[in-house]
Amino acid sequence: MAALVLDEISVPLRSFALELSLEVGSTVALVGPSGAGKTTLLRAVAGLIRPRGGRIASGVETWFDAARGVSLPPDERKVGYVFQDYALFPHMTVRQNVEYPRRHRADEYLERFRIAHLADTRPGTLSGGERQRIALARALARDPDVLLLDEPLSALDPHTKAEVRGELQQLLAGLGLPVLLVTHDFEDAAALADKVGVIVEGTLRQVASPRELVARPADPFVASFTGANLLHGIAETAGGTTRVRLADGTVIASVEPARGDVVVAVYPWDVTVSTERPHDSAMNVIAAPIASITELGSRVRVSIGSVSAEITAESLHRLGLAVGMLAYGSFKATGTRIVANAS
Amino acid sequence: MKRALLTAFYVALAALALAFLILPVVAIYAHTSPGKLVDQLSNPVVKDAFVVSVRTSVLAQLLILLVGTPTAYLLATTRFPGHALAVTFVELPLVLPPAVAGIGLLAAFGSTGLLGPTLHFLGVTLPFTQSAVTVAVAYVASPLYVRQAIAAFEATDPNLAAASRTLGAGAARTFFRVVLPLARGGLIAGLALSFARGLGEFGATIMFAGSLQHVTQTLPLAIYAEFAQSFDATLAMSGVLVLISVVLLLTLRIGLTWQRSSSMRSPSLFGLSLSS
Repeated sequence: MAALVLDEISVPLRSFALELSLEVGSTVALVGPSGAGKTTLLRAVAGLIRPRGGRIASGVETWFDAARGVSLPPDERKVGYVFQDYALFPHMTVRQNVEYPRRHRADEYLERFRIAHLADTRPGTLSGGERQRIALARALARDPDVLLLDEPLSALDPHTKAEVRGELQQLLAGLGLPVLLVTHDFEDAAALADKVGVIVEGTLRQVASPRELVARPADPFVASFTGANLLHGIAETAGGTTRVRLADGTVIASVEPARGDVVVAVYPWDVTVSTERPHDSAMNVIAAPIASITELGSRVRVSIGSVSAEITAESLHRLGLAVGMLAYGSFKATGTRIVANAS
Repeated sequence: MKRALLTAFYVALAALALAFLILPVVAIYAHTSPGKLVDQLSNPVVKDAFVVSVRTSVLAQLLILLVGTPTAYLLATTRFPGHALAVTFVELPLVLPPAVAGIGLLAAFGSTGLLGPTLHFLGVTLPFTQSAVTVAVAYVASPLYVRQAIAAFEATDPNLAAASRTLGAGAARTFFRVVLPLARGGLIAGLALSFARGLGEFGATIMFAGSLQHVTQTLPLAIYAEFAQSFDATLAMSGVLVLISVVLLLTLRIGLTWQRSSSMRSPSLFGLSLSS
């Protein structure tokens, strides 16, 4: 598999510039807030926009090289691009869409993506999941050397999303192509990609495996993007334990040494919720009325003071939690990560 | 009670407005019998005017289609310094009084005009020929097509053209297979408007091409010329123009409906057969 290499790509955007280098071997996901320059990067790779500087190469083929004045048009770059809204041709049938890049019959793609029964319908009336399969089939029917996916799961409702994510995971694993996908959802990125890059205002903050991003976030932004609660406070180390005093007087214990202004990251799945002050090994307890309860399918986010906890819907009902109720969020000192040390 | 009165007032006004708009058209047919109308169609003046009108209109619209479509696509998809000015120039003939347009064409292409010597050198004489009618019609009617075409191209999702390019299609294939079919409804509507405007052209044509029977006398010019002599002939020609206008109006409506529902178009009717 020939890797996609992005070398010091630079694209001026409205209030900042996209500037990054990246090598895409297997599946790489770029996550970041909207407006971070993610789609711009995909468009630059596909040749739909022209960067100001840098080099883009797929294996030995140079697609773009500002220094040498090389810039292949999109149709000469072997790239499969799945647009965020799928960009299916509304005036063509599903078959005509999939056969568009091949100019001959493409039954194998219709079969493989389970859209053969839709071959003669127009995409306008189909569901999000079906439209995505057509878009993937069409992009792969081009025989690309690189696959680009723009927010592949964002157009789907939460119900189909989980299923499609599983299918996409399997597909990407079996493709043997460098895949560059962008999303604003860290969970989607972690599920689909081997490597995740966090991009903010056009620059890459950290590129690592999802596991490593959670274990060792480079900065508070990366930590918050991976879903962590961020607690700001002043740290002091005494006897192997770091104690961080928060603005409201709560003291958090951590095992990571630190001093001065810090940010402590705690993941919602490391926070336990109880209705009585817990008596266990957890050193940190935050007591506050429940501010909000948000259901995410079978999981529920409960926010207690400055932390939010992720629990199962079953636990929510078992504990009889409701907004306004006094609750305790507890987490172990070993479940905290100190991500920024201003001193 | 008061509300009922107000409603009645609105309905009466609307009825009056509709009657005002329809009455002249009805009167054209009421004033003559169908037999007389058909008789008049063999009148040489009427026949000649019909042939001149159809020939020059079709040529002018072809010209507008061939030059106007790429122009509209360029103006719809690119932005460059002077873009707004270019769009204004495209729309200029729309606000120009037709007689002024005719004088302008004479001043530009007449024997003593700006390009007169050049045309003379090339052996081309334009004013008061049938080609002059075509030029005048194209000049006056083009904005109606180009404006509508710009709107139609702007309404097509740019991501669809981008998708086509990433799927290996070049610019030309993308235009003919994706952009054009999606904009087609709007283009047809624009052409219908432009055709209707061109067919009724009077001012610019009479200034630039004159009103010579069998050569430059179009239906509107013949209606004016025959007015004093044969009211029956003018009625017959008017009747023909009304019929054509109705057909064009229907085409326009259908075109705009396609444009709106381009994603739902039925393959049996309008779809391109793309499977190879």
